[in-house]
Amino acid sequence: MSAKIFYATAGMGRVVKAPALVASDGFSARYDLDRINGVFSRPEHKLAGQSYRGRVLVLDAAKGGVATAWMLHEMAARGVVPAALVLNRVNPIMVQGAALADFTMISGFDIDITKEVPSGAEVQVDPCAERPFIRVL
Amino acid sequence: MRLTDEEQATRAGTFGPLRQWAIEHQIKVGSYLGAEDFVPVGQAHIMADTESLGAAGVEWLEAWAALPVEQRQVRIPTITDPRGTDFAQASRLKQQPWMLDLERRAIAAFEALGVLMTDTCINYQTIMPPVRGEHMAYGDTGVVIYSNSVCGARSNFEGGPSALSAGLTGRTPRYGFHLDEERQATLLIETSFTPSELSDWGALGGVVGRLAGDYSQVPALVGLDRVPSSDEMKHFGAALASFGSVALFHMASITPEAMRLDDVVPTGQSLPTHEIGESDIRALQARYAKDIDTIDLVVFSAPQLSLVEMQMLAAMLDGRRADIPLLAVTSPQVKPDADRLGLTARIEAAGGTVLAGMCFYQSYAREMAEANGWQRLATNSAKLTNILGGYGYRPVLLSMERCVAAACAGGKLT
Repeated sequence: MSAKIFYATAGMGRVVKAPALVASDGFSARYDLDRINGVFSRPEHKLAGQSYRGRVLVLDAAKGGVATAWMLHEMAARGVVPAALVLNRVNPIMVQGAALADFTMISGFDIDITKEVPSGAEVQVDPCAERPFIRVL
Repeated sequence: MRLTDEEQATRAGTFGPLRQWAIEHQIKVGSYLGAEDFVPVGQAHIMADTESLGAAGVEWLEAWAALPVEQRQVRIPTITDPRGTDFAQASRLKQQPWMLDLERRAIAAFEALGVLMTDTCINYQTIMPPVRGEHMAYGDTGVVIYSNSVCGARSNFEGGPSALSAGLTGRTPRYGFHLDEERQATLLIETSFTPSELSDWGALGGVVGRLAGDYSQVPALVGLDRVPSSDEMKHFGAALASFGSVALFHMASITPEAMRLDDVVPTGQSLPTHEIGESDIRALQARYAKDIDTIDLVVFSAPQLSLVEMQMLAAMLDGRRADIPLLAVTSPQVKPDADRLGLTARIEAAGGTVLAGMCFYQSYAREMAEANGWQRLATNSAKLTNILGGYGYRPVLLSMERCVAAACAGGKLT
């Protein structure tokens, strides 16, 4: 049986394999996370209360302010950090934050990626391939 | 990306390892976002509170700050967003010594890099407003959206590392809102409601932000019946950027690039159109107010208050007494004028606290809540309302007058 594979338009970081945590919602490190405890803390967020540590977050769009540009680096330094981010749409802050933290991220799909990847599924993210992709294993 | 001789030399390390890191970072970001080359910028503005930086970020800055002076200094005017404390009031906020220590270390590192510690998110009102067409590398989404939309300047959201990079290299990757084609409207907002309260301007920004939904969207508003003031634009833009991650808006016949609506609507295109009325603004506010009849504190912040807002607040507090904490956060540039003109004294005589150089949500908001027993918070800032839920607060969006009334009624909402 062949695995499902979805190609993105851009990527950075390294190859990652981890369970996916999926929601049709946005992502901002400042607005949405309790970064000390590693959980989504914004009450309205669809992943509220869930741990993001070591997960490949598959979400819709980058949201919020500029703080994520530093925060991914800070989260990575403490080891309380997602394994990767997979987004339908990014903003520059998410790219800047991933660049500083050497964090794995891919974005830009011709489908809604949050509808294609089952939450909890083991996935592989390869941002270095000629066409960056996420594969459901 | 195409690189000039100077950019290639920078990449090769000719101007030291910090500038080499900076341009590599910019190339990585620019390549991801489709930039073909760099554009020179006039100023950089760095958001770098220590809650965001953490110990790791501060150590990272300190390592660069130890370089020889000729290798570490920024080469264009580079200023800062609010810090994570007002040192003079830190004990009143019950901030911990470790927070202040991190702040002092970050400040020392930035000063060693030649950064001007302006500590403000209203630099367009107080430091040096950008000029139409001027390319910038601004941090703080409120600064970017105001500068792009009201001033006609050109900036993307530049997070701390990228704004610092721009300060060091004097340029930024040319993508997004540096390009003419990205500045055209992508959706039309027809509004039948022109707010009068700052909180309503923020709520309007929030409603439009939710409709827009992401960074690539540029809403154009029609139907406003007057030109908004600078403070009204400030609250509208800050909320629009916060709720929607939007960096540019147009207002027909008001903002400089949309003197005629046709100037920002792509030729021959019919844009998605939304109608907004007062009921949409009230619905956004009502959602936050649900089941809250008492508050623990009032905060005026995000963005920092202008001198005019400080005057409004002082007038509302004259002859009254706040019996729950009432915090008014302004910039280090406004604060001396507020002191000189007696506004600080009037606010503090009524039980308020004036803070300068910080912003509430950038100042360890979660830890302050735990230390002070704060949870239910009233503010006239839609941006602050949008942010604080994730920090464990239950925020309510009210007019400045209603916030003051609640503060003077033991926190009871009337």
